[in-house]
Amino acid sequence: MPELTYLQAISDGLRTEMRRDHRVFVMGEDVGVYGGAFKVTLGFQEEFGAWRVIDAPLSETAIVAGATGAAMMGLRPVAEMQFADFVSCAWDHLVTVAAKQRWRVGTPVPIVLRLPSGGGFSGGPFHSQNPESSFAHVPGLKCVCPATPEDAKGLIISAIEDPNPVLFFEHKHLYRRIKADVPEERYTVPIGKARLHQEGDDVSVITWGAMVHTAAEAAKQVDASVEIVDLRTVLPWDKQAVLDSVRKTSKVLVLHEDTRTGGFGGEIAATIGEEAFEALDAPVRRITAPDTPVPFSPVLEKAFLPQVEDVVKALQELVAY
Amino acid sequence: MSSGSRSCAPHSSQSTANVDENGALHDGQRCSNRPPHDGHARGSSASNSSNQRRAAPQSRQTALQCPSTLRRSSRSQSEALPTTHTVTSGLVGSRRYDAGVAIARVAEPSGSLQDVREWGLDREDLLQIYRNMLITRGVEERGHILYRQGKIPGSFYTGRGNEAASVGVATAMGPQDVGTPLHRDMGVHITRGVEPWRIFAQYMGRADGPTGGKDGNVHMADARLGLIAMVSHLPAMLPVAVGCALAFRIREERRVALAWFGEGASARGDTHEGMNFAGVRQLPVVFICDNNQWAYSTPSHLEYSVEHLADRAQAYGFEGVVVDGTDVLAVYREARRAVEKARDGGGPTLIECQTLRMEGHAVHDDAFYVPKELFERWAERDPIERYRNWLRERADLSDEEDDEIGSYVKRILNEALARAEESPQPDPETLLDGVYATPEDLDTPHHK
Repeated sequence: MPELTYLQAISDGLRTEMRRDHRVFVMGEDVGVYGGAFKVTLGFQEEFGAWRVIDAPLSETAIVAGATGAAMMGLRPVAEMQFADFVSCAWDHLVTVAAKQRWRVGTPVPIVLRLPSGGGFSGGPFHSQNPESSFAHVPGLKCVCPATPEDAKGLIISAIEDPNPVLFFEHKHLYRRIKADVPEERYTVPIGKARLHQEGDDVSVITWGAMVHTAAEAAKQVDASVEIVDLRTVLPWDKQAVLDSVRKTSKVLVLHEDTRTGGFGGEIAATIGEEAFEALDAPVRRITAPDTPVPFSPVLEKAFLPQVEDVVKALQELVAY
Repeated sequence: MSSGSRSCAPHSSQSTANVDENGALHDGQRCSNRPPHDGHARGSSASNSSNQRRAAPQSRQTALQCPSTLRRSSRSQSEALPTTHTVTSGLVGSRRYDAGVAIARVAEPSGSLQDVREWGLDREDLLQIYRNMLITRGVEERGHILYRQGKIPGSFYTGRGNEAASVGVATAMGPQDVGTPLHRDMGVHITRGVEPWRIFAQYMGRADGPTGGKDGNVHMADARLGLIAMVSHLPAMLPVAVGCALAFRIREERRVALAWFGEGASARGDTHEGMNFAGVRQLPVVFICDNNQWAYSTPSHLEYSVEHLADRAQAYGFEGVVVDGTDVLAVYREARRAVEKARDGGGPTLIECQTLRMEGHAVHDDAFYVPKELFERWAERDPIERYRNWLRERADLSDEEDDEIGSYVKRILNEALARAEESPQPDPETLLDGVYATPEDLDTPHHK
């Protein structure tokens, strides 16, 4: 089994599907000759040709709308926003057209939108955001946030297979930092199914994306048995897996890199309150970024992003409660 | 439509794609590879209509040499309170000033029966166009009555005055072509074969409407007929149609996508991104602007500042055509020409149909802001009356034949209305259905 980075795993999954299914094509800014800003599609244009690896104009609207139209005609577009932040330029087409067409008139829109997201490298307010909660609020979309190379490959394949618009949030901080053995063959990871990153008995951390690794680092520094639930997808989200974990440990920390108010952690906490109140031995805790834009300065960004020590402190307090 | 021959007016110019078969761009060859448009395309042929503006080839040079002067001049005139109305391409419109220089070709009006035959229409086709226009108007007139009877929830929109533009373009579409018609384009649905009873059911939010009550008014489409349902965020469907054309190009299919928008929506960025992408890749798409001169209450001189919207096509690397949108045969001829050009790999065309909005934006709007005299003059240019006169004068439409067609349309509409009224209300249990597609939804011819 080859060891792949998170980024290589995404490339591998994408290449696997493009080789298998001639309907799959890639479109985005600089994805062809240049191989993408992060090189996820490096070498793709040579292998698949310029009409399957399409260098689009700097036009997020045309990219997402174009993918939508092509999908309606039977293709399987995988569109890339160069940075997840730029999806705001294509909001209308995701939310107004792609998300609603199946429900309104029965036309499925099987597109995948790849969204390099997340901070940690001084990208500043426009190259660092985690906008998944904005889209988790939109019926008709699916939002996928893999944390590991194995999930990255399996979920990109599932996303392409899925008959709905799927937003694939790939965390830039994980691209080259995370490596793992990834099966060479084609496989899928179900959308909407959480994964136990580690089992534990004393306290649960519910998280996804890069924060899975922050939680794991923190768990090592706490004198308690910590269970980490990696949601893997936030829409649909695996409510049952969360409730099962809460009922097992009775204490829960919801952790995400996105900002606090309206962040998806609020939905999780509310659901736990509604459906597992009796099982709780402590109030549900949340650790998130504060309600500000993402700062540029490394010092400010460290203060903005949830840090391992923040998680350690919250876990200790929960254990002691 | 006659089967067999599909000849149409010869293309006056073929744009040279700046993307080769492998999709690679050829920088530096864009201008030199593209032949200059010939005289026909530039509108240098003699005008036979005294009130049609014709741009001489030199005028484009003028525009290129002194854009800032023109811009200043336009702005200063548009800031003045408008008091008069200019006449553009035979239509009384809301343009209050002459923005300067036209670039797009201004299409000829429809010609003789023999001309029309050369474009591929036989007499039965001509009568079918007439029937479709009458059904289109009839559906909307009956809809209006339903609204007054309180049977239509929400608001109600019509395309009265736009029947020639919508039916003319739809008649030029091939069976495998697709389109994204808007709320003034009922004629597209009718021409493609949507049954009127389903439209009435849609208006009333009934279970048998194409959206089963999930969406209202003209927010509908039958995908089996090559139509894609619009959204309210105009012109969002324009770049979607470009995506359809992209799929056709990727699969090397001889199919064309038609994208509708209005002059108001031309002010939004979607228009630019869609047209630019289509031009860069020379995709098989035809852009149809229903320029009905009023975007809700906003006249067109507050929406754009070029002479004709079709002039913008030049900036995207394809041809622009202005056609009188009340002349159904001229609209058909230009649409047919553009569709076949796109099908043959000649890239996009922007057709601006100068048309009318003979009613308010929607039924709640009395359009007080449109001068009464304009409504009166528009009434004189009613596209259906105009076509009826043409059929009488050029195609020997007799009173008996006309009455027969009128009775046929009336019967169709009466039956449709009765059937739609029997359609049940949607079951609240279906509210949650279909938010997400299932793999079975992809088991359609489109997705093979």
